[in-house]
Order: sequence, then C-alpha cells, then structure tokens
Amino acid sequence: MTSIRIIDATLRDGMHAVSHQFSPDDMAAIATALDAAGVDTVEIGHGDGQGGSTFQYGFAKASDEDYLKAVSSVLTRSKLDILIIPGIATEPDIELGAKYGAKVARIATHVTEADIGAQHIAFAKSLGMEAIGFLMMAHMAPVEKVVENAKLFESYGADMVYVTDSAGAMLPWEVTEKVSAVKAAISQPVGFHGHNNLGLAIGNTIAAVQAGASSVDGCLCGLGAGSGNAQTEVLAAVFDRMHIETGIDLYKIMDAAEDEVRPRMHQPQAITKLGLSIGWAGVYGSFLLHAVRAGKKFGVDPRDILVELGRLKTVGGQEDLIIDVASRLAAEKEQKIHVTQGQ
Amino acid sequence: MKKVKAAILGPGNIGTDLLLKIRKGSRNIEVALFAGIVEGGRGLELARKMGVPTSTKGVEAILADDSIKIVFEATGARAHLENAPKYRKAGKIAIDLTPAAVGPYLVPAINMDTNLDGDNFNMVTCGGQATIPMVAAVNQVTPVDYAEIVATISSKSAGPGTRANIDEFTQTTARAIVTVGGAKKGRAIILLNPAEPPIMMRNTVYCRVQHPERIAEIRESVARMAEHVRAYVPGYRVRLEPIADGDKITLMVEVEGEGAFLPKYAGNLDIITAAAMATGEKVAERLQAVSELRTQV
Repeated sequence: MTSIRIIDATLRDGMHAVSHQFSPDDMAAIATALDAAGVDTVEIGHGDGQGGSTFQYGFAKASDEDYLKAVSSVLTRSKLDILIIPGIATEPDIELGAKYGAKVARIATHVTEADIGAQHIAFAKSLGMEAIGFLMMAHMAPVEKVVENAKLFESYGADMVYVTDSAGAMLPWEVTEKVSAVKAAISQPVGFHGHNNLGLAIGNTIAAVQAGASSVDGCLCGLGAGSGNAQTEVLAAVFDRMHIETGIDLYKIMDAAEDEVRPRMHQPQAITKLGLSIGWAGVYGSFLLHAVRAGKKFGVDPRDILVELGRLKTVGGQEDLIIDVASRLAAEKEQKIHVTQGQ
Repeated sequence: MKKVKAAILGPGNIGTDLLLKIRKGSRNIEVALFAGIVEGGRGLELARKMGVPTSTKGVEAILADDSIKIVFEATGARAHLENAPKYRKAGKIAIDLTPAAVGPYLVPAINMDTNLDGDNFNMVTCGGQATIPMVAAVNQVTPVDYAEIVATISSKSAGPGTRANIDEFTQTTARAIVTVGGAKKGRAIILLNPAEPPIMMRNTVYCRVQHPERIAEIRESVARMAEHVRAYVPGYRVRLEPIADGDKITLMVEVEGEGAFLPKYAGNLDIITAAAMATGEKVAERLQAVSELRTQV
C-alpha cells in the first residue's frame, strides 16, 4: 500500500473563510481533533501566513504568537507548520514559529519568483525545520517556468516543492502535466494544494497524486479562500478507497469536521457565483471577501472587479488593487450614467 | 561654482541610472569615477562611451582618489557595512542607496534640510521613498498611530540584490515609516508582479489616524506633499486620493520612471536614484559653501 502525507490547512487557509477570526481557543479545539484523527501536519496562522495580520489582508483575531502558543500546547503527534510569504513575513517570524515547536515552514512565492524565498528556506533549515517551497498561482506560468522555479527551490535546500493552485483555476490535465514535469525535474518530493472554485479540488488532488505528488493539502469542511480547498475528510475517504494510506482515522476526521469546524463557520463553504468567478478568471482566492466589501462600498458588481483583476494579471497579495479597481469601475459607471442622461 | 567630484560604486541598474541622471541634470556634482568589481556589463560600457572614468577595482579605486568628496553606494547592504568606515576615514561623504542604514534615513521631501550634518545618509528603500512622504503628510494633519505600506513592483525591476534579501526591504522601510514618517508604528509589505508588459510601481498607504473626519485637510496635505516629491521625481502621482473608512485612511501613489537608463515602469528604481541625487546636490552645495569660505579666508 502506498502512502500520502496530508497537510491540513484548516487553521491557515481556512482562516480566509472566517475573515481570520478564529480565536486561539477555536484553533486549539480544531487542532486537538486533527491531532486525534492522525493528520500528519497541521498548518496554522493568518490566511496570508505569519505576519499577515494587516490592513492589507485583514487583521486576525489574535497575534501569531497567541495562535502558536494555543496550538503547540495541544498537538501530540501532528507536526506544526507555518506559512511564510516572503515580502510579508520575515526571518523573525520563522524564528517565532520555531520557538513554539513548529517543525515545518512552507515558503510561498508567486510561481515565477522562487528566488525571493532563498533566504527563508536557508534560515528555516538552519533552525532544523523542514522547508517546503510553495509555488503559488501555478496556473499563471507555463510548465517550463514552473519547473525552473521548482528547481530553484530545490537548489536552496527545500525538502519538498508544492505546485499550488491558489486560484482554483487549474484543470485536471494541467495538474497532471505540471506535477509530473516537476516530479521528473527534481529529486525531492512534490506536493499539491488545490482550490475548489471550479469544483475540481478533489479531482485535481487525485490527478496530482497519480502524477507523482506524495503530499497534498486539505481543509476540514473544505474551508478556505475562494470556494475553499480540497475537503480533508473527503480526501481521507477517497484515498482509503484508492488503497492509499494517509494515517488518518476516517470517523475521527469526519467528527472533527462536523463537530469542531462546521459550528464555527461563518457561511456554508459553497461554490458561489463569486467563487466561481475567481476560478474562471484565475485570480487569487483570498480576493473574494475583499471584492464583496469593495463592491458594496463602491456600488459595483464584485464579479466585474474580479474579472478586471484577472485581466490585470494580479498576483497573490495584491488586495490593495481591489479598492483601486472598484473605485475606477464606479467612476466609469457614473460617467456612463451621465452620458446616457445627456442624450 | 566648481562642481564637487563624486564616485558611484556599483554599476548595476541603480548605479547606471544615477550616473545618467547626474550627467543630465546635476548643478553641483560631477561623476569623477564609476566603479565596479567585475569587467563587462552594460553600465561600465555606457560610462566609458560617455567618457566617464571607470574602474573595476571597486572601493579601493575610490579611496585612492582624494579629489572625490561624495560616494554614492549602489551595491548591497553587506558591502556598504564594510565600506562605510573606510569612506569616513578617508573623509568622504556617503550617500547610501542600500538598506544598510549606517547613517540616518533621509527622505528629501521631509527631512533633507534638517539633517545634513553627518557624513553618511541612507536612502531607505524605493518603497520608503515613495510612501513615507505620504505618511508624513497624513501625520501633519492628525497623529498616525499605525502606518502600513504595500509596494508592488514589476518583477523585472527587482534586481538580484533586492531578491536575495527581501527582508531588509520590509524591515528598513518599516523602521523609517516611524523615524521619518512620524507614525507610532510601521509595517511594510513588498509584492513582485511578473505581468507583461511590466506594471508601473504602485504603492498603497494605510494609516490608522486619530481624526479621520479631517479627511479634507488630509487630502490637501497629501496633494501638497506630492508636489514636493514631484520637484525631484517628476513621475510621482497620487493615484487614489485619500479615502476614510472608520479610522483608516487609504491612499495610493504611482511612480512612473523618467526612462533615463531604465524603462518607465521601473519607477521604484527611479525614485531612489532621484532621492539620492537630490541629497547629493544639497551635500555638494554645503561642501561648495565651505570651500568658498576657506578661499575667502
């Protein structure tokens, strides 16, 4: 029986879906259930990783340190993982994680910019952590570019490289193509992180595993940015049917989702028209709630904002552009009204 | 009046852009040496074609020439940490375009007139030069408890130095938001966007203020400050006028480069070389005044 490592990101990516408002107690309760169910690795923090609590991305309910403290005190066997986005987080953020026993640091860059993560990979390794290179928005670059950047990550000492579909925009054969190309090009293991905006999170994850990925991400109840991630408890069941070992107890992971996460959700994790627009336009999943708020403030259809952001080829983290685009669309709309009235 | 002799160390994008700017428009500075450490590259070649003395002996070539009074450091933070004491010992004034921060932070629109007594001036970062004037402009109207800036630059305009040590950018910028911008707390984020054609440098400034209701005055103050910055960075524009949302003020500025050596989208490089040149002009003026005084004596 082959085995797959599951990294559960309910307490990191899932934070987007609750506007980063899980409390340290919420996190501790969910982490306890993940640990009991036998999940290999648990990623925590603000949705945009360590240091993400800002005006730009929304302030979290508590500090990075409070979350680390709460979760590290309840984990008994799951490895604690933090996300580091260079440009947002810095070395001291990795150090703080290590202080609370984080064993894994995922260094996330846009798919074409792996070189800005070299210092963070080296730093995490120097603290004895596992360092995973995380290539975000993998749908935006051609296969050669994905491979080139995966090799860069490996050359900096990354223990694994992830192909990350941050926009939930990839189709299964694209996942197959990119994951197998990376797998063939590097000697370290390959991982996949999928989003569900086109309803393909589980399907794409299976495609990734069949293409050679040996680590995949999930979130309980499918929580996450945009239309959410691959649902951890579903992955556990599907992999069991595929005779792939995950180390996860199926009933316990179902209970963790149903008893600990569902009651804490702000809205059902569905493919709404906005989530779908994100996948279709290929924009960063965490833009969703920001686009909703900006749409309301400026009186424009948030779908128009998202599509325009896709046209502008925005990358992860550019949440500030949402206000800019919304205000411009509102001004254009006003102008049109004036023109019509003038006729 | 006789121009003051200066050297530029680092013939990369920043150094070469600065060279062209000084040659084109400086009233008080003459580039007497353009130095690097390796042969080849567009910068050195261009300098030679223009008849500017060049060297590949790096800092040593600069130290060997007593007539050079000002050194523009366009290398990396590590190099400047090593070079700064040498310049000091040799009696040269350093204008530092790396995030090394040996000397005090200098943002021409804010603190140039009050801060010219030392012998080492740090230009913060490109994002700092673009946004700190705006933080200061808001702070002149109502105290800023927290300022956060997001600088988005095109991937093409981020050189290997910036990429290898991106933490220095965020940390240096955050500190200068407090010390020069006047905010009580500072935070900086940098994003690289690889889109083609390359995007222009854009910056978002968020301030948590005590009196958001004074938004009209904030807008005036921001417009005035943008004028000051435009005096040395012509392509500096307020793209989104300040808007208030609760106690949060949001505004955006865009920097279009002059297009001297680097393309127009590289406003991030343009603004830091422009700031360095503006500082150099002031330093040179002071040196000229001192030498004038000596001549009279």
